[in-house]
Amino acid sequence: MVYARLILMRLFKAVIVLFLIVIFNFLLIQLAPGDPAAILAGEAGAADQEFLNQLRERFGLDQPMYVQLWRYVSGIAMLDFGYSYRLGVPVFDLIMDRLPATLLLTGTAFVLSLVLGIVAGSMAAARVKKPSGSLIMALALVFYATPLFWVALMSVVVFSVYLGWLPAYGLYTVGAGHTGFALVLDVAKHLVLPATTLALFFMAIYTRMTRTSMLDAAQQDYVKTARAKGLKPSIIQRRHVLRNALLPIITLAGLQAGQMVGGAILTETVFAWPGIGRLMFEALQQRDYNLLLGIFFFSAALVIVFNIITDLVYSLADPRIKKGAA
Amino acid sequence: MSFFARFAQNRGALVGLIILLLIITMAILAPLLFPESPWRMVQRPFLPPLSQDGFPLGTDTMGRNVASGLMHGAWVSLLIGLVSTSVALLIGVPLGAIAGYYGGIIDDVLMRFTEFFQTIPNFALAIVLVAIMQPSITSIVLAIAIVSWPPVARLVRAEFMSLRNREYVEAARLVGQSNTTIILRQILPNTLSPIIVLASLMVATAILLESALSFLGLGDPNVMSWGYMIGAARTVIRQAWWLSFFPGVAILLTVLALNLVGEGLDDALNPKLSRER
Repeated sequence: MVYARLILMRLFKAVIVLFLIVIFNFLLIQLAPGDPAAILAGEAGAADQEFLNQLRERFGLDQPMYVQLWRYVSGIAMLDFGYSYRLGVPVFDLIMDRLPATLLLTGTAFVLSLVLGIVAGSMAAARVKKPSGSLIMALALVFYATPLFWVALMSVVVFSVYLGWLPAYGLYTVGAGHTGFALVLDVAKHLVLPATTLALFFMAIYTRMTRTSMLDAAQQDYVKTARAKGLKPSIIQRRHVLRNALLPIITLAGLQAGQMVGGAILTETVFAWPGIGRLMFEALQQRDYNLLLGIFFFSAALVIVFNIITDLVYSLADPRIKKGAA
Repeated sequence: MSFFARFAQNRGALVGLIILLLIITMAILAPLLFPESPWRMVQRPFLPPLSQDGFPLGTDTMGRNVASGLMHGAWVSLLIGLVSTSVALLIGVPLGAIAGYYGGIIDDVLMRFTEFFQTIPNFALAIVLVAIMQPSITSIVLAIAIVSWPPVARLVRAEFMSLRNREYVEAARLVGQSNTTIILRQILPNTLSPIIVLASLMVATAILLESALSFLGLGDPNVMSWGYMIGAARTVIRQAWWLSFFPGVAILLTVLALNLVGEGLDDALNPKLSRER
């Protein structure tokens, strides 16, 4: 019951946020440079006044603003994001086509960065004021300060061009005709560089978060009790400190995960990974504003879905929430 | 202990400060050492580093001097980092102060507004804003400010909430000071140190954001920036790695230095907290 209420509340909030983003998007389309009718006409090759008027009428651009807004909002409610100006294909179809690749990339990077970040962070917390602990934190700071797209490019130079270990572009080897397990292996090989470069930055964040959170937890009374009981430090670290430190990490990790969609735009651009990030880059280059805003809406929706999942995981992990929410 | 002594106790912060001063010197010396526009084609393209006098870092795909671009780019990065952070502070500080001081429904409304901006993926929003407003220094600064103010508002709100019922604030209220005076003269000065620390980290993030935007081709077409240099060399990375390598190192060092300085400021301004770690 409590979970149902929690989910309902979150969904209600999510709908409001998405609605606001839709209105925001509509305002941005109005601000976008160029007359949409002229852009549509330009693609068709002709631009006399009569044709422009026909186009305006067909796409509802001659209607008053509030009618256009209503059409836009109700369209999106029916998953109609309009057409890409350049490609003439529904925006929704384009995005759906590219979404799986992005989910594969960000999902892999998220798990990778969270696991490595928690491991590195707890190692650093156990070695406070020791050189090895400081080294971990220094590395985390360097990864945090390195531009993602630059790490991506440099990893192409080192691992793909110079060492020749891994493929640098695409989702799979085009024309190789792999099927079944061979295809999975091929995709996995292509995934290594993009996922690792995307994960590095977030790993740095999670490492710092884990360390802080564990040092906080180590100050608690139950840790002192455990130490007084004579438990081994490694057991205290794992059972008492890490377990309690994990809760705030889950919350913050969920918030940060939203930013992964942004990072994916950069990694997908460098690695020609056929996801929505690469699609956004293409939309940018072609000044395809309708497609651009459609992707923007989708990435925000992804973040919201992710936050709801985080909330649920959190409430499952922390039994106290049940009482709090009732 | 003096402020600087506390700052200097953190060795990393001192290193960061030195790197930062070097980069600022680079930015200042750029027009003196390379008076010509960094956009001018001055040699044959794809000259490797150290192969010719006057071109220590080689030339790019169009025969432009990479060293010149690097130095002129320092100026753009620092400028955009500083200005966009100031604009973000101008949005975030008043919102956070009002929300934290008045509380109640005003706080609710302002915080929902802040949450809304925090939900939207930062980088995607910045891209959309710059693309729609057209790339220019102004649109980049605005876009970065718009995506970076929410943490400021939250921090200032939390500080105001913990300070608004202190005795000196009650006293100011008793002598009849107006709310505006109390906010500006009594509480705000006491929230400055965390704001300064956060601001120094925000400059670093802003520089990263700017470089990522210009990497994607959303930089101001009239100014040479590090992100643009990397983006323009992306397709020739196999032939000419140095075109992307040096600007990337410049970004890394600048962002790293600012983060180290931020940590040092935190130590110096909040001595009690930082000693425990």
